[in-house]
Amino acid sequence: MSYSITEPSSRQKWIAGGLVIAYAILTLLPLAWIIATGFKTPADAIAYPPKVLFTPSLEGYVNLFTSRSRVTPEDLAALGPPTTWYDSIVRQYDMVITGASRYGERFLNSVIIGFGSTFLSVFLGTIAAYAFSRFKVPLKDDLLFFILSTRMMPPIAVAIPIFLMYRQLGLSDTHLGMILLYTAVNLSLSVWLLKGFIDEIPIEYEEAALIDGYTRFQAFYKVVLPQAATGIASTAIFCLIFAWNEYAFAVLLTSGTAQTAPPFIPTIIGAGGKDWPAVAAGATLFLLPIMVFTILLRKHLLRGITFGAVRK
Amino acid sequence: MAQIVIKSLRKEFGAFTAVQSSSFTIEDGEFFMLLGPSGCGKTTTLRMIAGLELPTAGEIFIDGTEVSQKPASQRDIAFVFQMFALYPHMNVRKNISYPLVSQGMKRDQVRAKVNEVAEILGITSILEKPVGGLSGGDRQRVALGRAIVRDPACFLMDEPLGALDAEFREHMALELRALHDRMRATTVYVTHDQLEAMQMGDKIVVMNHGVVEQFGRPQEIYDWPATTFVARFIGSPAMNLLNFDGMVGNGSTQVTLSDAAIKIPPMISGASGPLTLGVRPEHIRLDDAAPLKARIKAAEYLGTTQIITLDTPHGPVKARIASDQPATIGDTTGLAFDPRSITLFDPTGHALISEANQKVLSHG
Repeated sequence: MSYSITEPSSRQKWIAGGLVIAYAILTLLPLAWIIATGFKTPADAIAYPPKVLFTPSLEGYVNLFTSRSRVTPEDLAALGPPTTWYDSIVRQYDMVITGASRYGERFLNSVIIGFGSTFLSVFLGTIAAYAFSRFKVPLKDDLLFFILSTRMMPPIAVAIPIFLMYRQLGLSDTHLGMILLYTAVNLSLSVWLLKGFIDEIPIEYEEAALIDGYTRFQAFYKVVLPQAATGIASTAIFCLIFAWNEYAFAVLLTSGTAQTAPPFIPTIIGAGGKDWPAVAAGATLFLLPIMVFTILLRKHLLRGITFGAVRK
Repeated sequence: MAQIVIKSLRKEFGAFTAVQSSSFTIEDGEFFMLLGPSGCGKTTTLRMIAGLELPTAGEIFIDGTEVSQKPASQRDIAFVFQMFALYPHMNVRKNISYPLVSQGMKRDQVRAKVNEVAEILGITSILEKPVGGLSGGDRQRVALGRAIVRDPACFLMDEPLGALDAEFREHMALELRALHDRMRATTVYVTHDQLEAMQMGDKIVVMNHGVVEQFGRPQEIYDWPATTFVARFIGSPAMNLLNFDGMVGNGSTQVTLSDAAIKIPPMISGASGPLTLGVRPEHIRLDDAAPLKARIKAAEYLGTTQIITLDTPHGPVKARIASDQPATIGDTTGLAFDPRSITLFDPTGHALISEANQKVLSHG
C-alpha cells in the first residue's frame, strides 16, 4: 500500500471530481439516450429537434416482444374492445397482436451461449493456467506464445474457413458450435490472465496443504481456487463481455435456432417502419445481464483489473 | 518423535547440483540446525526431508522407514514456512484446524485440540480473527500452531524467523526453543544466521555449495572448524585466518610466521605448502613482547570488550580484548596466540588433525 506524501488540496479534489463527472457523462450519454428512446413513441424517437422531455410510452417494449399485423378498421371494430393494456397500445395503429416475437428466444440463446462459453473458457483456462504456472511443461514458453498468437489477428479473419468447417461438421447454427467458437477465441485471454493471477499465489500455500495431508487436487481446489477468485471473476467478465457482444460470427454462423440477440436486434427495425423504440428497448434489455453480472463481481473486478499488481 | 537419517542425499536441478551426497543423522528429540549461506542447498535438503522435492539419489529414513520417494502427506511431518503460508482466506482457528480436518477428525475433537494448542502458544484471544491483520509474531505463532496441532513425527522449519523484525526475532527464538524443550519433538531448522544456529541448536550441519562442511554440536563447530569455510562463517567476528608457507608433520608443536615461532597443539597429521593458521579473536592477546608484529588499524568499542583490527604480513587480524586495555591506532604491537586454540588448515582448506581437535573431527 502506498500513500501520497501530501493530501491533495481541495482545489485538486474539485478538478479531479469534475473530470470524473465529465467523463461519466460522456460515456453514459449514449446509454441514457438508448434507454430514453426505448420509452418513446416512434414519432418522438425521430422528432427533430430531438426530444429530451417526452411522455413515456411502452410501445417500444410491446413491439419488441410481439408480432403484429395491420387490419382494416372494420375488422378492428369487429374484434370488440381491447382486452389488455398492450392490446390497446397496438390498436392505435390499426394493428392486432398475432403472437410473441422471436426476441425472447434470441435472448435466451445469448444467455446459453454467452454464459456457456464463459464457463468453459474460465474452467479450461484455470486448469491450463495452473499447469503452466506450477508444473514443468516442456516448451512452456513456446506453447504460451502459441496460445497468445491465436489473438494476433482479428478472429473474423478466419471467418470463411470456420464457416466452411462448421457447415461440414454440422455445427452451423447450433448452440454447441457457438459455445465452442467463443470458447476458442476467449481461451487464450483466459489462460494468460489466469496464469498471471496464479503466479502471484505463493506456492507455499499449496505446499503447506500438501504437508497438511491433502492431495495435489485438494490443494488446488481448497487453497488455490479461493485465492484465485478475484482473477477468475475478472477473467469471467472479460470473456462474457466478448461472447455476449460478439456480432460478426453470430451473423455469419447463426440464422435460426442458435441466433443470438446482437444479430437479431437490428432486424427489428425492418418489421414495418423505422421502429427505433423497439430497437432501443431490445438493446436496453440486452445490456442488463452484463450490468448485473458486472455489479455482482464488481468488488473482485476492481482488485482484479490491476492484474494482481497491488496484492498485499 | 523420530530419528531422521540422511544417507548420500543428492539433488540435481538440470545441470545444477544443489546438494551433493550429504549424510548426517538427526537424533530423536534434537533441535537440529541446517546452516549455510544462501544457495548452499540447506533449504533443498529440508524440502527433500519434507517430500516437497524428490531426491536425485540417496535415502531418507524417518524412524527407520525409507521415505525418500513418498509424498509429503505420508511422512507425518509438519513444515513451518519462512513466509508462514497461512491460508489467507481462513481465520486463525480454521488455519490451525486444517491439518486435523484433512485427517477426518471429528469436529468437537478438532475444536478441543485447537483450543489446547492456542493455549500453549498464547493465541486464544485471536482464534476467530482473520489472518490478514495479524502481526508478524502472531502469524508466526499461528504457523507454529498449525504445525504442532497434529503431533507430527518431526518439525521442519525453513527460516521461520527470517520474516520478523530483528528485536522480535530474539524473543521468538527463545519462545521456539522453549516450546521445543517442552515438546521434545525432533526439529530440523534451516537458517543462514550463524548466531541463531549457535543460540538455538543442539546440533548444526554447516553446508556450502551443496556440500556438508561440518556436522556437530555448536561448541565443537565453533572451537574446531573442519574447513576454512566454517572458520570464516561461524563467529562474529569470524576466526582469523593467517596464510603462510610452511610444513608440519606428525608431532609438530610449532610453526613459523615471519620468523616468529608460534606454538600450536601437537599435530597428528601433516601437510606442506601454503597453509592457513586459524585463531579466534578472543584467543589473541596484544603483547609488545610477542615476536609476531602487527600494526593497529582500528578499534571498535563493544562495552566490556573491544575488537582491534590489525595488519600483519599474513593478512588482517581481529582481536577481542578487554576494553580497558589501551590500544592506539597506528601503533605496532606483538600478537600472542593461545596455543591450545589454534587450528591449522591444509592447502585445500581442510583442518589438519591435532591432539586438540582430534576428538571433534575424527568422527566424520
